[in-house]
Amino acid sequence: MSRGVDRQADRIEPLLSAAARLPTGATLQHGRLWRRFLRHRLAAASAGLLLLLAVMVLAAPLIEAWLGINANAVDLLNRFQPPSPAHPLGTDELGRDLLVRLLYGGRVSLGIGLVVALAVGVIGTAIGLVAGYFGGRFDALLMRLTDGVIALPLLPLLIVLAAIDFSKLGLPDAIAASDQASFYRMAILITLVGWTTVARLVRGATLSMREREFVRAAVALGAGPLRVMAMHVLPNVISPLVVATTLSVGNIILLESVLSFLGLGIQPPLPSWGNMLTNAQELIWAAPALAVWPGLMIFLTVIAFNFLGDGLQDALDPRAING
Amino acid sequence: MIRFILQRLAETALVLLVMSFVIYGLISLMPGDPIDLMIASDPSLTPEDAARLKAVYGLDRPLHERYLAWLGAALQGDFGYSRLYARPVLEVLWPRLGNTVLLMGASFTLALLLALPAGILAAARPHGLGDNLINLVAFAGISIPTFWLAILLIILFAVVLGVLPAGGTATVGIAPGSLAALADRATYLVLPVLTLTLVSAGTLIRYIRAAMIEALRQDHIRTARAKGVGPIRLLLHHALRNAMIPVVTILALDFGTLFSGALVAETIFAYLGMGKTIYDAVMGNDYNLALVGLLLATAVVLLANLLADLAYAWLDPRISYR
Repeated sequence: MSRGVDRQADRIEPLLSAAARLPTGATLQHGRLWRRFLRHRLAAASAGLLLLLAVMVLAAPLIEAWLGINANAVDLLNRFQPPSPAHPLGTDELGRDLLVRLLYGGRVSLGIGLVVALAVGVIGTAIGLVAGYFGGRFDALLMRLTDGVIALPLLPLLIVLAAIDFSKLGLPDAIAASDQASFYRMAILITLVGWTTVARLVRGATLSMREREFVRAAVALGAGPLRVMAMHVLPNVISPLVVATTLSVGNIILLESVLSFLGLGIQPPLPSWGNMLTNAQELIWAAPALAVWPGLMIFLTVIAFNFLGDGLQDALDPRAING
Repeated sequence: MIRFILQRLAETALVLLVMSFVIYGLISLMPGDPIDLMIASDPSLTPEDAARLKAVYGLDRPLHERYLAWLGAALQGDFGYSRLYARPVLEVLWPRLGNTVLLMGASFTLALLLALPAGILAAARPHGLGDNLINLVAFAGISIPTFWLAILLIILFAVVLGVLPAGGTATVGIAPGSLAALADRATYLVLPVLTLTLVSAGTLIRYIRAAMIEALRQDHIRTARAKGVGPIRLLLHHALRNAMIPVVTILALDFGTLFSGALVAETIFAYLGMGKTIYDAVMGNDYNLALVGLLLATAVVLLANLLADLAYAWLDPRISYR
């Protein structure tokens, strides 16, 4: 590349991390406390909401038993029922209880969100640490790759990826076509495209850590690269890592839901918030309420994770408080 | 400058070449193959016939051989036939590319018109009431699933109010070219454009706000303020120019995301664009169409990226492309 042209990634890095953070910039002394309180209240409320959701979702079988309903029981005579004591949110186009299905769908959507976030966090950290610490060819290759992934039209690619026939890759049919297969397939696919954000962030933080005195001292004292990375660099990149991972949960849930909505993600009868909306569009004239609930759950969960990540950013980054 | 453009063009072509192989490989992993589809629709086909056909069309050869054969034909302008539409794939794709560019262009322009004042206003007084409100809206835009927003808009405008069509590209029976046809096209565009605008605006607001705040922190802003430059001129003249440099880059990178959003909007509103075509092609096992559609989409996004790089050079006087 010509002289004087910096890499695209270096230009946008600060902006990407700055955009993920809510408040910066100078403010007047008075009112700051109130404003911080307001923001942290949002983050706290989000944490509360997510906790409540997690408990309800985990208790889905209990709630199911308590209401005396089977989540997959089809009851065509009682389709499109309005909310009633027996069905708190009414029933869907097959007469199944909406509330219970929402809770089971939440298990899948939240499950994918957390499992993939964890995977993305671990893989992204490992790659980011190694790339940032050693630099050189591997680093250059990695940054080229992440540049490429960021710029691609991801959804059409994921659609093709989701349509892949795993038995063509030599996987036995029992695994490729099992009930739980769509869950793992989604988790793997989203991890495959999702690790880049965390890797970039960790790499950036590692780069700045590498030159710090305490790291050089550790190297001078004879610590190997693995020990330096694990004991000295990693603890110092934890806060951006936590924030990036939290913020990525929202995106993961959005991706899972859109793929499931398009019929390429989680396969019915296993409910997910996304595939519960697949039929909602045709039923929009008959039962608009069916289209509202699952989407609202996705929206609330995603925005809660985003607020939480934002609050964590504030809490973990002392500059954001003073700056 | 010309050398720089040529170099970036060559890079883009290389990325496209790599992507063509990756996508070709992925498509070949989709369930079945063209001959399997023939077997399904023709019960008189014997297994021996199928094997012979597969050999004739080279489906029994290894992946890299098939890819090279495809690439050779593609470089001569032969991208194959679409199974669903029984026409050459490019003939199917061109008008739809136009529809998608119209949808994306309109949404992007509107989102920018919405996000620019909002982002600047938010950055002018960070933590202020206006900033908090704008941030809330931006967060909502980032967090809402595109398909759900589209469904909500259909419920509101098509089901409850009944003022806009719930989907489609144009009403059948209106003579094309007339003023009525143009107005008709517009009514079908409103909901998809609105959906895409609302979901893109959130991200844009966050980027513009962050870039403006960063720009307002620079020394020359303090100097200008000390010299008595008014707040509006400070924002629009001194800070905005600098803030636009990173924003332009990120806008181009967001084109991929915009295309993903367009795919969802097109699918839900049955709008005949590239995204819906790719989706239908994958669902309908139209291998050629899916392959070329995806490649075309990638090429468009990469070109947008290239244009942004040039705009960046033009905006930032510190950079010289010698």
